[in-house]
Amino acid sequence: MVNRKNKIVITFISILFGLIVGALALAIAGFNPLEAYKIMFEGIFGSPKYISWTIVRSTPLILTGISVAFAFKTGLFNIGAEGQYIIGSLVATLVGYFFKLPIVIHAIVAILAGCLAAAIWGGIAGLLKAKFGINEVITTIMLNWTALYLSNYVVFWEPFKRPNRDASQQILDTARIEILANWKVSDAGREFLKNNEFLKDFLNPPVNFGFIIAILVAILVWYILKNTTLGYQLRAVGFNKDAAEYGGIDVKRNMIISMMIAGAIAGLAGATQVLGVSRETAILTAAEGYGFDGMAVALIASSNPIACIAAGLLFGGLKYAGSKLQPLIGAPLEVINITIGVIVFFIAMPKLIDILISAINNRKRGVEVENTK
Amino acid sequence: MGNIDFSTKAVEMRNITKKFGDFTANDNIDLTVHKGEIHALLGENGAGKTTLMNILYGLYQPTSGEIYINGKKVEITNPNVAIKLGIGMVHQHFMLVDTFTVTQNIILGMEETNSLGVLNLNKASQKVEELSKKYGLYVDPNAYIQDISVGMQQRVEILKALYRGADILILDEPTAVLTPQEIDELMEIIRSLTSQGKTVIIITHKLKEIKQVADYCTIIRRGKKIDTVKVEDVSEEQLASMMVGRNVSFKVDKTDREPGEVVLEIDNLYVKDNRGLDAVKGLSLKLRKGEVLGIAGVDGNGQKELLEALTGLRKVESGKIIMNGQDITNLSPREIIDSGINNIPEDRQKRGLVLDFTVAENMILENYHKKPFSSGGRLNHKAINDFATELVEKFDVRPRNIKQFAGALSGGNQQKVILAREITNNPEVLIAAQPTRGLDVGAIEYVHKYLIEQRDKGKAVLLISFELDEVMDVSDRIAVIYDGKIVDIIDAKVADERTIGLLMAGGGVDGEQKE
Repeated sequence: MVNRKNKIVITFISILFGLIVGALALAIAGFNPLEAYKIMFEGIFGSPKYISWTIVRSTPLILTGISVAFAFKTGLFNIGAEGQYIIGSLVATLVGYFFKLPIVIHAIVAILAGCLAAAIWGGIAGLLKAKFGINEVITTIMLNWTALYLSNYVVFWEPFKRPNRDASQQILDTARIEILANWKVSDAGREFLKNNEFLKDFLNPPVNFGFIIAILVAILVWYILKNTTLGYQLRAVGFNKDAAEYGGIDVKRNMIISMMIAGAIAGLAGATQVLGVSRETAILTAAEGYGFDGMAVALIASSNPIACIAAGLLFGGLKYAGSKLQPLIGAPLEVINITIGVIVFFIAMPKLIDILISAINNRKRGVEVENTK
Repeated sequence: MGNIDFSTKAVEMRNITKKFGDFTANDNIDLTVHKGEIHALLGENGAGKTTLMNILYGLYQPTSGEIYINGKKVEITNPNVAIKLGIGMVHQHFMLVDTFTVTQNIILGMEETNSLGVLNLNKASQKVEELSKKYGLYVDPNAYIQDISVGMQQRVEILKALYRGADILILDEPTAVLTPQEIDELMEIIRSLTSQGKTVIIITHKLKEIKQVADYCTIIRRGKKIDTVKVEDVSEEQLASMMVGRNVSFKVDKTDREPGEVVLEIDNLYVKDNRGLDAVKGLSLKLRKGEVLGIAGVDGNGQKELLEALTGLRKVESGKIIMNGQDITNLSPREIIDSGINNIPEDRQKRGLVLDFTVAENMILENYHKKPFSSGGRLNHKAINDFATELVEKFDVRPRNIKQFAGALSGGNQQKVILAREITNNPEVLIAAQPTRGLDVGAIEYVHKYLIEQRDKGKAVLLISFELDEVMDVSDRIAVIYDGKIVDIIDAKVADERTIGLLMAGGGVDGEQKE
C-alpha cells in the first residue's frame, strides 16, 4: 500500500519522470534539453526579481489548489474553481473601483466581497447537489462559463468599462495590496532602493500580500480540517456519507458548506490577483486557467493544503520559467506544457510508480538471492 | 415430478469440503440431482448453500471432493468450464449492464457477428425471442435494463444462462428481491424449464417456495448436510426443524427480570423500500424497559426498512414512533440519537464506521460536537484520545492503537469499536441490528453479554437478527416479522424453534397481527 513516506517519494519520482520526458520532447524538437533546463533554472533563481515573479505567478495557483484540495478532502470535485476565481476577481474589482474607503479597510472589504460572492457561486453547485442530486462536476463546469460571460457582461457596463480598452476601470489605490506600491515609485523610495540592489530588484515585480494570505489560508484550512468539529463533519461526509448520516451529521448541509468554502478560497485567488497584480478585470474570450491549474496543484499536493504551497510554487515556477524558453532558444511553450502534463500524469497514477518501485526492489532482492546461492 | 429422468444424474457432488482458513464452509457434503428435477437447497444464512453452488459453478475450488456432471467426472476450474458443461448460475445480485438492452446483455461475450466481425443484432434479437417463447420467459429484447422491473431483469439473467446453452440452472435466492406476483411467475417459469428437460437447483430459506415448486430438498446446516428429502413427504414444520435445529446449545446467561414500562412504541408503521414498494406494512410493536425484544425473520421482510425508519435514515410514510411519550417520527438522525436511541447498524462498514478515520475519530462519531470532545467548534484531541484509549482497553479492541485506521481492523474488532461507542452512550433504547454478523464464536458471546448487561441496567434492547439462534438465546420476547408485519410475539421461555421457524417462513399466517 501507498503510505505517507512513499507518497512523498512517488511525488518526487513523478516530478523527475516529468522532467525526463520533457527533456525527450525538447530533444525531439531539436533543442538541447540541458541548455533549456539551465535557462529555466536561471529563469527562476537567476535574480531576486525572478524569484519574486515566481511567487507572484504562483500565488493564485496555490489558492485555487487549496480550493480544489479542500473540496476533494470533503468528497467533492470542484471543477468550478475557474468560475469562482472569475467571480472573485470581478467583485473585488467592482468594490475596488466604486467604493471609497480608507486604505487597508478598502482592500479588506474588496477581498471579503470577492470571497463572499465566490462562496455563493460555489454554494450554488453545493445546493444543487444537496437538493437535487445534480453532480457537482457538471454544475461547476457550467457555472464556469456562466461566470466568464457574466464577468464580460459587467465589464462592458458603461460606468465600469475603461474607454478604448478591453478591460474594466482600474481599482483605486486605496484597495491595492501590492507591498510598498506607492513608496516604490516615490522619490524617497527610489533614493533608498538605489543603494539597495537586492531589494530594488526583488520589489520590481508587483510583490503583494497575496502570497502571505495564501500561506495563512493553507494553514487555516489545514487547521479547520484537523482540529475543528466542522472539519470533522466535512471529512466524515467526504469519506463515508452513509456513516456520517448515521452519526447524525447533516450530509446535505455539509455539502453546501464545503462548496461555499471551496468557492471562497478560489474567489480569494481572483481577488488577490486583482488587488495585487492586474488591478482590473479584463474581457476574456476564454478562461485564464487558474482554476484548472489548481486541480493539477491539488493533485501534486495529494490534496494536502500545506503541500499546495510547494506544489503551487513548482507549478507556477515551471510555467513562468517555461515562458522564457521561447525568446531565448526559440523552444515552444508547448514543451513546458508537456512537461507539466507528464508530471501530473505520473502523480495521477501512483500505482504505476508503486509497481515500478517494488519491481526494482524485487529485482534487487532477486539479485541478492542469486548471489547467496 | 413427472419430468424427472431418474436414470440420469445431472449433478453429483461427492464428499465436498471447502475450508476458508480455519472456517469450514462445506463439510463433506453429498448432493445428487437428477435430470429434469427441481432441487432445493435449504439452510439458514451462512449455512454454506451458496458456497456449495459456487463450487459447482467454478467460482471456488473445493478443498476436497469430486464432481460428476451427467455421470462424467469433471474439474470445474472456472465459470467458463461450468458454462461449457451446461451449468448456468443466476446470482442473487444481478450482473447486468444497465445502459444496454436486453439483447445486448444476453449476448455479451457471445456476440453474433458476420465474417467482418460486425455485430448482427437482428439475428441475436431473433434468437433471444425464440428462447423466450420456448420457455415462457417473456421479455422485450429491445428494452433497456434500467427501464425494466427487477423480475424482468431476473428473466434476462435466466435467458443469459439459457443462451449459453445451460441445461443445469442454479438460482441463488431468486425470490429475495421479487414481489409476490413476480415470485408466482418465477415458479411457473421454473416448472416450464424442467418440462423441457432442464434441471434446476434453487437456493433458498423460504419453506413455502420449496413446498410450492421443488421435488427434492437438501438441508444444509452449518456446513453439514442434514438430509435430502422428497418434498411431498415432509411438512413445512419438519423442514423448519431440520433447518434451524442444532446440536449444540449456546445458552446466554441471563436472570429473569420483570420488564418495566413501555419506552418505545411503534404504531401502525408504513415504510417503503428503495424501489418504492411498501416494505413495512402496518407494523406495531411496544418495547419495554429492562427487556430484550428480539425480531426474528428471514432477510428481506422489512427489517432493514424498519431499522432505518427507527433511526431516522428512511422516511416513515404513515404511522408513529413514540419514544418516552414524545413523537419522534421522521425526526433527523441526530434528534433521534438525542432522544435516547442508539443503534448498532446492520452494515458496519457502510453505516457504522468511517473506515478512513482512526479508531479514536470513530469513537466520537455521534458525540464529536459535545463536550468534552469539543468546545466552541474546536476538537479537544486529548479528551478524544483519552476516551478512545479507555474504550479500546475496556472493550479489548486489538490492536490497542487508537491511531489505527478503522479500515485496517478485523471485522470483529470493527464491531467492538461500534459496540464500545454505542454502549458507552448508555442509551435508553439500543437497537442492535445483526450485531454478530460475521463474528467468531468468542466475539459473539461477548456481544451477547453486553446486550444482556444493558437490559439488566434497566435499558431496553431491540435485537434485529436473521440468526434465529441468536434471537432465541438473547431475547426475553420474540417478535416474528414476516412480509413487513409482526405476525406473532412469543415469550422466549416458551418459544420453540419449530414454531418460530414456521412463522418466519410465512407458515401459519392468518392475516391477524399482534403487538
